[in-house]
Amino acid sequence: MLDSWYGLVSMLLPFQWADHTFMKNALLAVLLATPLFGILSTMVVSSRMAFFSDSLGHGAFTGIAIGMLVGGLSPLWGILLFSVAFAVLITLIKHKSKTAPDTIIGVFASTAVALGLVIMSSGGGFNKFSSYLIGDLLSIAPLEIIMLLNVFIGVILLWLLIFNKLLIISINPALAASRGINTLLIEILFSSALAIVVAMTIQWVGLLIINSLLVLPAAAARNITGNVRQYHCASVCFAVFSGITGLILSYYLNTATGPTIVLVASLLFFVTFSLRSRFIR
Amino acid sequence: MTNKNKHNCENENACQRLCCTKIENFSVSVGKTQILKDVNIHIHCGELTALIGANGAGKSTLLKAILGEIAHTGSLKYFDAKGARSGHPCIGYVPQYLNFDLSTPTSVLDLFMASLTNLPCWLMSSQTIRTRVTQSLEKVKAQHLIDRRLGALSGGELQRILLALALDPIPDLLLLDEPVSGIDQSGLELFYDIVSELREKFDLSIILVSHDLALVEKYADRVVLLNGQVICTGTPEQVFADERTRKTFGMPLNKQTACSQMASGEERLEL
Repeated sequence: MLDSWYGLVSMLLPFQWADHTFMKNALLAVLLATPLFGILSTMVVSSRMAFFSDSLGHGAFTGIAIGMLVGGLSPLWGILLFSVAFAVLITLIKHKSKTAPDTIIGVFASTAVALGLVIMSSGGGFNKFSSYLIGDLLSIAPLEIIMLLNVFIGVILLWLLIFNKLLIISINPALAASRGINTLLIEILFSSALAIVVAMTIQWVGLLIINSLLVLPAAAARNITGNVRQYHCASVCFAVFSGITGLILSYYLNTATGPTIVLVASLLFFVTFSLRSRFIR
Repeated sequence: MTNKNKHNCENENACQRLCCTKIENFSVSVGKTQILKDVNIHIHCGELTALIGANGAGKSTLLKAILGEIAHTGSLKYFDAKGARSGHPCIGYVPQYLNFDLSTPTSVLDLFMASLTNLPCWLMSSQTIRTRVTQSLEKVKAQHLIDRRLGALSGGELQRILLALALDPIPDLLLLDEPVSGIDQSGLELFYDIVSELREKFDLSIILVSHDLALVEKYADRVVLLNGQVICTGTPEQVFADERTRKTFGMPLNKQTACSQMASGEERLEL
């Protein structure tokens, strides 16, 4: 399956950067991951969950450490399991307790990252983990791309099923409840999907900036759109555009790929922000 | 769907006796604080019952308890006109729009589509839905707002749109939570004129939480003064003449107890 992709890229993109297999892999990963960031970010921004999604990065970071510590399972499964458990736990506590959500998230995020750092630094071997801070998109392996493809399909299916309900919850939870929507279940499904996407991509994008990809595309799209379809369309386009542009730029500028992508996305935000009065009355 | 709850009997009086919603012994405690105690309210179809009371009297808590959003004791029962159906009522809710996130890029059509259907509104739109939404909006004279962004609506417009949403499908019980501010007087009157019209047309039972006593006097059939429990209940004239109401709202006192106190079942006997 990947071979036909390599053939396709060589045929369509006769450029120097597209010659390398690692670039072809990275391009495919970008094409799979960025639409997910675009789609999920619409509701991260609309539901004011930017801080929550940030904490998911911390959860995934700890997941890496625990995955290494326990062994047995491959590190990726450790990250996935821990991230989902972390996200579900925060959502549950947020729902049940009266404490302000940002306090709860802050407590959990700091605990998680501290735990991760303690485990990683024990025995003085932190250096081998530092790549997780900024990530390395070019190191992506074919097997991981297949997994990403599965996640891609899963998230799209989930979005078809729960988006309407999620939208009503984000606009007014009481209205959602009065229309018979199980708000807790929908929020748990959404945060689990977020956690899985973060866990899958953190090793390529890095802890420090993964959250910007869950915020910037939709934040930019909000500046110029007036209904849900435009919002999704713009958000996905911005995410994919920044992904591809950032990947190519990082190749020629010899910079880290993740941060370059984020810089392109933030540029899009500032451009749309300055144009917002033309689009939104 | 539209005619589901329309009563079709010749004898108006008989329906008033039969089609009703009963709130029985509602009590709500949060932690160790009891917010509501033994609230009994009996609502007939086609009647608008206004809940009034000072801030913190438990008006919004009662609405949330009816919606099932917070834990409560007591029961909520609905009986339709012919006695054919009874049980938990289908509830329409018009929340205070002030709690809405209005910066979101969502159009009126999106809001309806997301509430009424499972078709993912980020992917498609359909002419069938559009027609249905237009019909809904016509009920509240807002069909021209269908493609407007929520954030671009005035307070009064948004309130009407939420009313249209609460009326699709036609509920057994309509809960209106009126905002304290943000709607001008003409907008409010238009809103209540529409509510009155729809109430007659669809024989709706309505509970209104209101802060505007003049409007309550004009539009409500019955008024319930709440302060942790039902203090008094009756027609607007009765309740507004009552000493305790006048005290709560700082009106000049004229020592009298005009309305009935709906404690333990006496109200139900009377009905």
